[in-house]
Amino acid sequence: MENNIIQVKNLTKKFGNFIAVDNVSFNVEEGTIFAFLGPNGAGKTTTIKILTTLLNPTSGNLKINGYDPVNEEHKVRSSFGIVFQDPSLDEELTAYENMKLHSVLYNIPKEIRETRIEEMLKFVELWDRRNGFVKHFSGGMKRRLEIARGLLHHPKILFLDEPTLGLDPQTRIHIWDYLQDLNKKENITIFFTTHYIEEAEKVAKEVAIIDLGKIVAQSTPAELKQKTNSQTLEDSFLNLTGRKIREEEVGAIDHMRMRHRRFHR
Amino acid sequence: MEIEIIYILWLRQLKRYFRSKSRIIGSLGQPLLFLLAFGFGFGSIFQKAGQGNYIEFLAPGIIAMSILFTAVFSGIEIIWDKQFGFLKETLVAPVSRLEIMLGRTLGGATVAVFQGLIVLVISLFAGFKIESTNMLLTAFFFMALIAILFTALGTAIASVLEDMQGFQLIVNFLIMPIFFLSGALFPIEGLPKTIAIITRINPLAYGIDGLRGALINNIHFGFATDFLVLGSLVVILMVVGSYLFSKIQI
Repeated sequence: MENNIIQVKNLTKKFGNFIAVDNVSFNVEEGTIFAFLGPNGAGKTTTIKILTTLLNPTSGNLKINGYDPVNEEHKVRSSFGIVFQDPSLDEELTAYENMKLHSVLYNIPKEIRETRIEEMLKFVELWDRRNGFVKHFSGGMKRRLEIARGLLHHPKILFLDEPTLGLDPQTRIHIWDYLQDLNKKENITIFFTTHYIEEAEKVAKEVAIIDLGKIVAQSTPAELKQKTNSQTLEDSFLNLTGRKIREEEVGAIDHMRMRHRRFHR
Repeated sequence: MEIEIIYILWLRQLKRYFRSKSRIIGSLGQPLLFLLAFGFGFGSIFQKAGQGNYIEFLAPGIIAMSILFTAVFSGIEIIWDKQFGFLKETLVAPVSRLEIMLGRTLGGATVAVFQGLIVLVISLFAGFKIESTNMLLTAFFFMALIAILFTALGTAIASVLEDMQGFQLIVNFLIMPIFFLSGALFPIEGLPKTIAIITRINPLAYGIDGLRGALINNIHFGFATDFLVLGSLVVILMVVGSYLFSKIQI
């Protein structure tokens, strides 16, 4: 209990009349790999945005690394690194320049900036490409760079919103190798969402399933399978959330995302 | 206030600008077309009406136009940037929104001034003659004021707009009227009353007036008025822009 690096109590987020996150409570233990699963529109991304200070909650109590995201936002921000669902690199800059910018934004002392950047770029095997422009990178390379950047300021938590979306199996395995390695060596807490349930089954030590804004289950993958009498985590997921396809309303963001894909792939 | 953060965000805008040669050249197309088509097309009529050389008159207006468009667009870019770009990275960083806004706005404004300077040089080739070179610094100053003013305006608008759909609306019902009713293309003396009132409340009119005063010694409102209007609007828009920017939630 004392080791919970993320504590969420009665979190609610409303957009007008729509309740995106409905009185949600959960804890994430320090040093774990935590999978946050749910169908489209379940409230995953909204929850991550609230945890990472991008959105203010309507109500509820939150503690990230012991700090409150609403009132101690800078302390919370220094505590985590994040890889967003949509790209957030500057494509007109080189890999190194992107890292450099991050080191300034996070106020990493000047003397150790260069060694830290070198260390992280080597960790994700992009050091040889450090002077390459990000716009020439493949999807997998961009993801690796985003992970390296998110780790640059030695955060205690790494948030990953669908980190392996659109990547081939080789790259996905590769990326999870890094992340598991990191989790083991540095005891960094990893909080991720994914639609690849088998991926969560393989790497997650703890799983929470959110549906229609509510947490419907939280435990280890093994326990969850046992409880729902399922062979795989995917089956338990479907048992808990049903087989109905979610009709999510397409918003402005989705239109922009489609245009983005058309122009940037 | 961390100067280094403002500096590195400013530098980023400049790097992006100087690296995309095609964008620089592309954005010169419109001012060039205006300068040549209007300049030579209406030149003889303007002369016959006793107003003198039209290229002389037009060039400061076109310089201001290129600054206006570059500045507003660099602000508007935020709409796109907050979902698919680098902005999110800055918003989750432990830095104040004011620093981000200042770095971005000053960067965008610097780029806009560069764009204006390029158009100035091009217009020299089209036959534009600067009246007195010791007023160049004043001209530069007014270019900077226009640039900051409209980058901040773009930022303020982009902070409240949720998607690109409102963008066309802004261009057609705000930016285009600001340009066309600013006296960039025609003298603002002797206009019909309604148009005269609109130009009077149009901030760009004061920018162009100051620029024209500095470059060709032709001024309507006077330097002091131009400076006061632009200066106070810069302050107001920077405050409003920073406030709206600080309220961005994504």
